[in-house]
Amino acid sequence: MLKFVLGKLLLAACVALTVSAVSFGLLHLAGDPAIALAGESATEADIEAIRVNYGYDRPIVVQYVDWLSRAARGDFGTSRFFNRPVSELVSDRLPITMMLGILGIIFAILLAIPMGVLAATRPNSWFDRVALFISVVGQAIPSFWFGLILITIFSINLGWLPASGVSGWKNFVLPTIVLGYFATPALMRLTRTGMLDVLASDYIRTARAKGLPTRKVLFKHALRNAMIPVVSLAAVQMGFMLSGSIIVESIFALPGAGQLAWVSISRNDLPTIQALILIFSMFYIVFTFAADVLNAWLDPRLRVS
Amino acid sequence: MSMQAAAPAVPGRLTPRQQFWRRAWHHKGLVFGASVLTIIVLLAVFAPLVAPHDPYRQDLLARMIPPVFLGGTWEHPLGTDALGRDYLSRLLYGARISLMIGFVTAFISAVIGSTLGIVGGYFGGKVDAAVTFLISVRLAMPVVLVALAVVALLGGSLIVMMTVLGLLLWDRFAVVLRTATKQVRSMEYVAAAEVLGASLPRILVKDILPNVMSQLIVIATLEMAHAILLEASLSFLGLGVRPPTPSWGLMISEGKEMLLFQPWLIAIPGVALFLVVVSINMFGDGVRDITAPEGRN
Repeated sequence: MLKFVLGKLLLAACVALTVSAVSFGLLHLAGDPAIALAGESATEADIEAIRVNYGYDRPIVVQYVDWLSRAARGDFGTSRFFNRPVSELVSDRLPITMMLGILGIIFAILLAIPMGVLAATRPNSWFDRVALFISVVGQAIPSFWFGLILITIFSINLGWLPASGVSGWKNFVLPTIVLGYFATPALMRLTRTGMLDVLASDYIRTARAKGLPTRKVLFKHALRNAMIPVVSLAAVQMGFMLSGSIIVESIFALPGAGQLAWVSISRNDLPTIQALILIFSMFYIVFTFAADVLNAWLDPRLRVS
Repeated sequence: MSMQAAAPAVPGRLTPRQQFWRRAWHHKGLVFGASVLTIIVLLAVFAPLVAPHDPYRQDLLARMIPPVFLGGTWEHPLGTDALGRDYLSRLLYGARISLMIGFVTAFISAVIGSTLGIVGGYFGGKVDAAVTFLISVRLAMPVVLVALAVVALLGGSLIVMMTVLGLLLWDRFAVVLRTATKQVRSMEYVAAAEVLGASLPRILVKDILPNVMSQLIVIATLEMAHAILLEASLSFLGLGVRPPTPSWGLMISEGKEMLLFQPWLIAIPGVALFLVVVSINMFGDGVRDITAPEGRN
C-alpha cells in the first residue's frame, strides 16, 4: 500500500510540474506580456523598456524556473489589474469557489446516486426513463443558459431568490443547482451501470437467497461495490466543477476565484491567470490522487500494476 | 464487414448489414437524433437560401420586434435583436458556426487523441506509460480556463477557437482508443498479420483502426457536442468569437441585457443550442448501442 501511494504521489508531482510548464509556455507564446502591459499608446521603446524591467527579455525557460521557484514559496507576483499580490487576491476569492464546488458535488451526489440506484433496480421502468431524461437534458443544456433561465424564473418572475451577490445562503441556491446539475448525468449513468453489473453478480443472488431484505441487499451489499468507480468520477467531476465555476460565478456575480479568472483574462492580467491555472490543476491533481488512494483502500486488487 | 455483407443471404435470414440497419431503425434515440441533426445541418448549409434577411443588416427602426408567436409579424418570424437584425437569419447563420466548430474541433482532437491512443495501446510498455502520462497532464489542465486565456490572448477568431479547442479536447479519444486497441491487439488476426510480415503502419491502419472505428465515432460525436457547448460558453463570456459574428453564445450574451423584458432573446438561441447538442448526443449514444456487442439481441 505504501509503495502504491508513493508511486501515485510521484506521478502526481510530475503531472503538476508538466501542467505548470505547459500552461506557462502556452500563455507566453499566445501573447507578448510586455505589449499587453504597455497599453495602446506605447512606443516601441516603451515596450522594450518594460520587457527589460520585468525580465521578459530573458529566455522563457529562465522565466519559468524563476516563476516556479517563487510560486513554490507562495509568491505569484503582483496582479497588474488589481495592484495587489496575486496570492492575497486568490486566497480572498477561493473560499467562495470551494464552497460552491462542495455544495455542487453534494447536490449532484444526492440527485445522482439515489436515482441511479433506483433506475438500476427497475431497468426500463418509467422511473428509469425519467432518470435517463434528466441525464440527457443535463448533458446538453448549456450551463450559462440554464443559469439565466433559473434567474428569469426564480429571481425575476417569482422573486424568491437573488440573482447575484453574496449576502446570504440564498445566493448559493441557484449557482449550486447549475453547477451540480452539470456533474449529475455522468455520476448517475455510472451509478446505474455499476449497480446493474453488481446486481447481476453471484454474491447478490446469495444475499437475496439468504432472505435479506431488499433495502439491505441494495444499500449494504450492492452499493458499496458499485460506488468504487463513482468515487473516482466524483473526484474528477469536482475538478471539472472548479473550472466550470468560471461560468457560474460570472453569471451570478459571485466574487470567487472563477470570476477572478474571468476578470483577469479580460484584463490580460497574466500573473493572476497563471496562478489560477496552476491552482485549479493542483486541485484536480489532489482530488484524483485522493480518489486513487481511497479506491486502492476499498479494492485491494487495484494496488497491483 | 464488407466481406460479411457479400456473403450470400440465407433465405429468411438477414445479412449482417441488414441486421445493422434494422437495429438502427428500431433505435428511437438514434432515429430522432439523426433526423434532427440532418435537418439542422441542411438548414445550416443552405442558410443563405433559407434565411429571410441578411444576418448582419441592422435596422434601428425595427429593434426588438417580438417573434411571431409573441405578437410579431411574419416579416421577422423570430423577431429582431437590439440592433434590429433579423433573429431567424442570425440563428441560421449561427448554426453554421456551431457545426463548423464542432466538426473541425472533433476532427483535430480525433487525429491527436486516436493516434496517441492507438500507439499507446498497441505498443504498451514505456510508450503506453508516456501516453498515459500525457493524458493525465491534459486532464489536469482546466479546459475552460486555459481555452479562455489562450483564445483571449490570441484574439477570438474562428480558426483560433477551433485550433485551441482541438488541441485541448483529445483526452477522451486517447483514453477510449487506448483500451480498445489493447483488446484488438490481443486478437489472433493481428498476430497473424504480424507473422505474415505486414508493416507496422499497415497493421495499425488496416487491422486496428477499422475495429476501433465505432468507438471513435461515438467519442467524436460526444466531443463535437462538447466543443459546441464550449464555444458558446466562451463567446457568452465575451472572450470567444467576436461580434458581429452570429454565434449562439454571443446572441445569448447580447440578449442577457434584455432578460427582464425580452426573455425570448435568450430563450431562442438557447433552445437551438440545446437541440443541436441533444441530437448529437442521442446520435452518438445510439451508435454506441447498436455497435456494442452486448447491445445486440
